[in-house]
Amino acid sequence: MAASLRQVVAGAWRQPERHLLALQCATRHSRWCLITSRTLYTAEYDPNEKTFEKLLIANRGEIACRVIKTCKKMGIKTVAIHSDVDSTAVHVKMADEAVCVGPAPTSKSYLNMDAIMEAIKKTRAQAVHPGYGFLSENKEFARRLASEGVTFIGPDTHAIQAMGDKIESKLLAKNAKVNTIPGFDGVVKDADEAVRIAREIGYPVMIKASAGGGGKGMRIAWDDEETREGFRFSSQEAASSFGDDRLLIEKFIDNPRHIEIQVLADKHDNALWLNERECSIQRRNQKVVEEAPSTFLDPDTRRAMGEQAVALAKAVKYSSAGTVEFLVDSKKNFYFLEMNTRLQVEHPITECITGLDLVQEMIRVAKGYPLRHKQADIPINGWAVECRVYAEDPYKSFGLPSIGRLSQYQEPLHVSNVRVDSGIQEGSDISIYYDPMISKLITYGSDRAEALQRMEEALDNYVIRGVTHNIALLREVIIHPRFVQGNISTKFLPDVYPDGFKGHKLTDLEKRELLAIATSLYVAEQLRSQQFLGSPRISLAKLDLNNWELSVQLGDGTYSVTVSNNGSTFSVEADGMKLNVTNEWNLASPLSSVTIDGTHRTIQCLSRDAAGNISIQFLGTVYKLRILTKLAAELSKYMPEKAVEDTTSILRSPMPGAVVAVSVKPGDLVSEGQEICVIEAMKMQNSLIAAKSGKVKAVHCKAGETVGEGDLLVELE
Amino acid sequence: MAALRLLPRLLPVSRPRLVRPRSAGAPGSVPERIAEKRRAALLGGGQARLDAQHKRGKLTARERILLLLDPGSFVEYDMFVEHRCADFGMESDQNKYPGDSVVTGQGRINGRLAYVFSQDFTVFGGSLSGAHAQKICKIMDQAVMVGAPVIGLNDSGGARIQEGVESLAGYADIFLRNVLCSGVVPQISLIMGPCAGGAVYSPALTDFTFMVKDTSYLFITGPDVVKSVTNEDVTQEQLGGAKTHTAVSGVAHRAFENDVDALLNLREFFNYLPLSNRDPAPVRKCHDPSNRLVPELDTVVPMESTKAYDMVDIVHSIVDEREFFEIMPSYARNIIVGFARMNGRTVGILGNQPKVASGCLDINSSVKGARFVRFCDAFNIPLITFVDVPGFLPGTAQEYGGIIRHGAKLLFAFAEATVPKITIITRKAYGGAYDVMSSKHLRGDVNYAWPTAEVAVMGAKGAVRIIFRGKETDAEAEYVNKFANPFPAAVRGFVDDIIEPSTTRIRICRDLEVLASKTQSNPWKKHANIPL
Repeated sequence: MAASLRQVVAGAWRQPERHLLALQCATRHSRWCLITSRTLYTAEYDPNEKTFEKLLIANRGEIACRVIKTCKKMGIKTVAIHSDVDSTAVHVKMADEAVCVGPAPTSKSYLNMDAIMEAIKKTRAQAVHPGYGFLSENKEFARRLASEGVTFIGPDTHAIQAMGDKIESKLLAKNAKVNTIPGFDGVVKDADEAVRIAREIGYPVMIKASAGGGGKGMRIAWDDEETREGFRFSSQEAASSFGDDRLLIEKFIDNPRHIEIQVLADKHDNALWLNERECSIQRRNQKVVEEAPSTFLDPDTRRAMGEQAVALAKAVKYSSAGTVEFLVDSKKNFYFLEMNTRLQVEHPITECITGLDLVQEMIRVAKGYPLRHKQADIPINGWAVECRVYAEDPYKSFGLPSIGRLSQYQEPLHVSNVRVDSGIQEGSDISIYYDPMISKLITYGSDRAEALQRMEEALDNYVIRGVTHNIALLREVIIHPRFVQGNISTKFLPDVYPDGFKGHKLTDLEKRELLAIATSLYVAEQLRSQQFLGSPRISLAKLDLNNWELSVQLGDGTYSVTVSNNGSTFSVEADGMKLNVTNEWNLASPLSSVTIDGTHRTIQCLSRDAAGNISIQFLGTVYKLRILTKLAAELSKYMPEKAVEDTTSILRSPMPGAVVAVSVKPGDLVSEGQEICVIEAMKMQNSLIAAKSGKVKAVHCKAGETVGEGDLLVELE
Repeated sequence: MAALRLLPRLLPVSRPRLVRPRSAGAPGSVPERIAEKRRAALLGGGQARLDAQHKRGKLTARERILLLLDPGSFVEYDMFVEHRCADFGMESDQNKYPGDSVVTGQGRINGRLAYVFSQDFTVFGGSLSGAHAQKICKIMDQAVMVGAPVIGLNDSGGARIQEGVESLAGYADIFLRNVLCSGVVPQISLIMGPCAGGAVYSPALTDFTFMVKDTSYLFITGPDVVKSVTNEDVTQEQLGGAKTHTAVSGVAHRAFENDVDALLNLREFFNYLPLSNRDPAPVRKCHDPSNRLVPELDTVVPMESTKAYDMVDIVHSIVDEREFFEIMPSYARNIIVGFARMNGRTVGILGNQPKVASGCLDINSSVKGARFVRFCDAFNIPLITFVDVPGFLPGTAQEYGGIIRHGAKLLFAFAEATVPKITIITRKAYGGAYDVMSSKHLRGDVNYAWPTAEVAVMGAKGAVRIIFRGKETDAEAEYVNKFANPFPAAVRGFVDDIIEPSTTRIRICRDLEVLASKTQSNPWKKHANIPL
């Protein structure tokens, strides 16, 4: 059923009005990513059930596309809103109508309630789906919609308010007999009070914004000093993100797992729990890899958590889809963390294992229909994994935002059991204004091993060029023995990579495979350089081009490699080991499937130049190699070493963003580790510190300026 | 012609026993003397000087040739030529080096013929003697005769002062051939060491001058003379290093990290060029489908017409395999020029660069563009022009500098060119600059406009200010509506079609196939009189 539906939807979308010449194009699939991505919805839609005629999606990016997709299935007309820089975004193209609600900054567009209300009036949308983030948990927005008689696809204002406030929600949870974390429930006025409260609870403590969800404005403090610093940062971020600087301090559970229960409730007092999602793999308290179900829960714990989640939902008369987040300690004690009164980013994995279309259910519930399922109908079918593919550099604190244009973009939809939820396409800009998420890559299978196997394949086949991305990190996580065994916690990344993420570490065999692949590619290209068509006046005396003696630099090592070539087979002797590489190299294709002695590998050649430099994405990580003929390598030893910039005495911006504060001026003495300036990017404040002690020679930035990655900020003497 | 296939590895070659077996091998016998001369020639200025050359981070003349040419393909000429100077002790045997201070010959680059000379800094500092010049002239004459490019690897201290006027005559002989070869076979200079005084004019006359960073210099007079004449303190690097010439003076077309990088890049560059003006632009086997859509292009031009974007992004996404060999990437960056391939065929790409100075035309960018257009036209390389130009740059600096004269060069070059010319207007095509940038009126074969194109005399704001001088008006919207779009040009046939940006590659590939048989000629003339 899903397949036929998909074709119908896809067909409707492939109206060839734009590209008369597009008949046989190979690169088009990326733009229809959403439509062709597979889902496993088993709960069918009843076309006779009356629903909204027109729905406005008060969001952007992948979640707007995701909602539009279900609306199309249900026959609901859609209205997109967008900022001016988003006017050609995918969600705008997908929607039946689109309204511009303001300039790029979110506070003036996607958070601009007046403009959005105006758009609703203008388009006569009957309902609004808020997606996640932005206004999704804003009770004022829900109230204004209600007063205009527009349906908010989500819970009642009362539930949003109750759960949106971390302090109130905790009290409610306690009353509903939900396990809660020991801690102090109260508004924190200043740093001294923060320290006093933290001491009462006992370190470590967590400090976060009352109003914020996810990891925003959240800091962990192990002593008084960190509490003060955490208070300062969290309150600033809370103010800039939510316009509400109230904070909350509570006991920090060391080494916990983050497991959440998806609930679904209607307006008729029915509520279901749709099993759990484990979201323990996080960096800076933001989720990176999620899976459903969790390897950690036994059926009893699962049921206990589910029942508590449902009890909480009922206690606040919750309707719509929601998520109750728990921290689970090593003894399977679970503590209520918070309830998100919206659709979660990671909802697709629940959809994969339960077969429900959560957006569809949300719309039905909002229309007033009772749920069609009983708790006993909710299955766990197989296993699903989601990786959040971000435009960020995983080598810098597991991910600092990067921006740019997606010069090439191809989703791995040719791999089976893959779903990609994205809102971008080739040519899209990842800008500093919005979340740097490129897509959610979801794979599923009959068991966890199969889902992970697919994920590996999907990550290898994902083509993203023009921005730095975190695929290397994602792939390392999902193949890490601890992850494979299910031995994870929210500390996974810092535990496994205490010195920061350094990319995949090649085994000896993998290194030889990489050498063999790279040299075969080099030889294929060299041979192609001599293939001229027409009347090229090529020498009739053919050179011996079947045997190549090469020297390859990879990392700190230099390796001798010999390659002999016969058609698409390359016999390579790399570092003393013979390997056979088979591939018809297509030098224009971003993806190459290579067989090495029977092992299948998908690699991506990111760049290659005439001087023998080549960078290859292999096993998720990008390796830089230099391939030279033996002669060129021998002569290279005479080449002068170029002076390398002394990076300790200059401070460059590690990412694009805005300068929030500069704490030094020329002539100041700074000590190693001292904060020099603060850069805000993607709503995160990053403190940049001095790499050595010294005197400030020059300051090249000032507060309020925007800076690019690598821009010189401050020089030390 | 006496020729020797030089074997790889710079080892002495053992000679076959060819003549007079009775004297073979005997000391002083002819075969022994031949072998001895060859050994000496291979050693250039001797091992000590070869080592010194390496210490300077430079390769020797012969190593450079080995890297540049296909393995085993070099055929050397004039290995036995010696200088003829008899003054200042030069006549002594000690001061005679077989081959003198240059290695010449021919060989193959990816199977295609190239003539090469490589100056040997280890022999009298690579200085140019009469014999040295004569060797270079010999290969240049032959290159023209057979129709193959000439590549010069320059590493020379200048004139052989001991020879006086004979050395100067040698330079002039080379200059003359540079001029006569110009437009007949491509000439490429790679500066790999010093190149000073009169010597600089040979590279200047060739089509492309490349440099090696940190180890090469080009100047008329060195820092010492500069100091004594103008009292300026300047280093060699500042006066004539790679950075100066690629970014400031525009003398050099590109610079590379070191000798090895430069030579490998030169091999790549060579593959774009036809062998002579009688050969078509080469077509290399291509893996990139000619019918590839480029969805990226549909969103590349920003909505605000004042916002910049990178024209190089557009070029990369349209051409084969994103390979673009940019010429003069650091000079007059408001225009981009370079070589790429479309469906395997070499094309010359020009584009205004909105990222730099809004992509306006000024003196430097006009000259940079004009010279590139003329090279392509001379060597049958089709021209693809991407237009987003707000006009010529105003100001006293430009007017005093002669923007009228220099801008005319680009206009002249485009108008005169008879190779296939395809033009894509991506956004602005304002004023006279619209005419200049390979417009239909200058015999553009196929001119396309993207939907974002604005072909107008000037931007709406300025136009309205002039039309309604001194009056308050909201005519700007009217002007935008009327002119800031592709229609005025399209209804007049000044653009052939308004195309979806994503289809640009497909359209260009098809057009090039059609235009491959284009013939067009200019009226008979001795030569045109381009406003130099």
